[in-house]
Amino acid sequence: MSDIRPAGPPHPETEHDATGQAVAVGTPEPPPDVKPAKQGKPASLWSDAWYDLRRRPLFIFSSVLILILLVIAVFPQWFSSVDPFNAATCQLAQARNPPGSAHWFGTDNLGCDVYSRTIYGARNSIVVGMSTTIVTAIVGGLLGLIAGYRSGATDTVLSRTTEVFFAIPPILGALLILAVFRTGNVWTVMLALAVLAWPMTFRIMRAAVIMAKNQDYVMAARALGAGPGRIMFRHILPNAVAPVIVVATINLGGFIAAEAALSFLGVGIQSPDISWGLMIADARDRFLEAYSPLLFPALFLSVTVLAFIMLGDAVRDALDPKLR
Amino acid sequence: MKNTATEVVPAEGGLGNDPLLAVDNLHVEFATRAGLVKAVNGVSYTLNAGETLAVLGESGSGKSVTAQAIMGILDMPPARIPLGEVRFRGTDLLKLKEEARTQIRGQRIAMIFQDALSALNPVFTVGWQIGEMFRVHRGMSRRDAETKAVELMDRVRIPAAKQRVNDYPHQFSGGMRQRIMIAMSIALDPEVLIADEPTTALDVTVQAQIMELLAELQRESNMGLILITHDLGVVADVADKIAVMYGGRIVENAPVHDIYRTPGHPYTKGLLESIPRVDQKGQELYAIKGLPPNLLDMPSGCSFHPRCPYRQDNCVTDVPELYEINPTRNSACHYWREVLDGTDG
Repeated sequence: MSDIRPAGPPHPETEHDATGQAVAVGTPEPPPDVKPAKQGKPASLWSDAWYDLRRRPLFIFSSVLILILLVIAVFPQWFSSVDPFNAATCQLAQARNPPGSAHWFGTDNLGCDVYSRTIYGARNSIVVGMSTTIVTAIVGGLLGLIAGYRSGATDTVLSRTTEVFFAIPPILGALLILAVFRTGNVWTVMLALAVLAWPMTFRIMRAAVIMAKNQDYVMAARALGAGPGRIMFRHILPNAVAPVIVVATINLGGFIAAEAALSFLGVGIQSPDISWGLMIADARDRFLEAYSPLLFPALFLSVTVLAFIMLGDAVRDALDPKLR
Repeated sequence: MKNTATEVVPAEGGLGNDPLLAVDNLHVEFATRAGLVKAVNGVSYTLNAGETLAVLGESGSGKSVTAQAIMGILDMPPARIPLGEVRFRGTDLLKLKEEARTQIRGQRIAMIFQDALSALNPVFTVGWQIGEMFRVHRGMSRRDAETKAVELMDRVRIPAAKQRVNDYPHQFSGGMRQRIMIAMSIALDPEVLIADEPTTALDVTVQAQIMELLAELQRESNMGLILITHDLGVVADVADKIAVMYGGRIVENAPVHDIYRTPGHPYTKGLLESIPRVDQKGQELYAIKGLPPNLLDMPSGCSFHPRCPYRQDNCVTDVPELYEINPTRNSACHYWREVLDGTDG
């Protein structure tokens, strides 16, 4: 399958065959003019993609951003001495202070420190983004693999099901699902987003599987005695997974934005838990008096989403050189 | 406990004196939007241990479909096998369950393909792919399987096998890839090896090397080899007998030297005359006139009649049976005597 042939540097093709003379039957030695195998590591799709990625400024920039965000999400206390979950740190008398040395990002309507809240808000965004991505990749990927491989009735049923999900407007659908749960928290938001987003992964996986399963190596694997499970997971999946990884990375940013939107609308993460979307919602009424409680979470949100989309772009370029 | 390959089909003999592999009156059809394509229409041939059968025919003659039916790797649907048997040591493979057939594939009957690059999985190293045979079917550890892979790569004469075992298929040249494919197929010492145009995608010099390798491996292990090809030159040195296919039927069956000396079917004769010779330089090359038959709409009677120089009226209406020329030869031509005599029609 030519489009997943690794990009990267040209591989020194070691020609041994066309020596111009046949190998004498029964001679154990290799043909005489054979050079030793080439040096360096073998070039798999993944090592080639990695080689390619390391040299992309876009990838370096976005992954550094994401790395910082991950550290912030895991260890917010390293970045802020103020614990925003401690109500005593909020002082109504200090409400809507502009950024200053005591409060870098100023204070919000309740006199809470915007900087520490923004820092602590990263965790929920990252958790929702990553868990939704993982769940959709597994569910959509697995069903797509089955539908693409089995085809026939299985495929028809699964494909029509995804079309039903595609027909639901995403925000409306998420509002409905969250209304059913009655409580909004990280996990219900994740579930609502995953329910609506898996069909996209499904479609991409299914298409990639259908392309991969008609390759000669799948038939060769069958001819050499591989069973259906082995063919699906060992021969088709590794050749079909690249587009899913690309879309998953790009979607991750989208899920973070969607979480913020749902929290903004009041059905996502609920106070006293912290979410950038929630902070934006709280700050919007008094925006003209105090811009900082709205500006900083919004800035963090945009940068985070942008970082994941840039990463997805870089990964796509590395994994699918044809699109360049 | 999964049943093993030898439980499915006994290792030796079988009932009476069955040949190693016997294809009997095999029919294969494909249901397509344009109609029913009858790709194979009653093919029969036998193969004994240590024997090489060359199946010769042009594109669309059904030679590859027959092989895929033997392997059980046809996609069904759209393919269908309405009639026929494929007996392996006396057991009809077509009646076995899918699990049992999976046990036989690779371990007892193996196959190699025309284009080794596309037949090797691009995301795994060749060592991993050869070793997979041992890990899956023999339950070997990763390390043991890799050792075996290196041994096999040595056996098919891949230079510096130890260094190259962790290379990927695209890092090998065409001939080397075909050697790797061969290494995979002989990994478990199959009794039958089907080679579907193994040299078509290769340079002429490399073709000879691959054919010699196959012949040598066959001598070492006494396996039966079915060599599917459209290249008469490839066949001459290696094959013991030849089955010529045309329009999904066998039109001639014969030991290899007989066919080259005295073809018994007008189609075989045409094929042999189509081989360019040096003394023809400057002259027009011979070609069988007309086009291969449309499998959706086969000619009546003998399917070769529209192109046949020996055609008589009954060729248009009567399907010729496989006439016995002598105990080792058959020809599906009403006028095989005239063809043998060389009198042009």
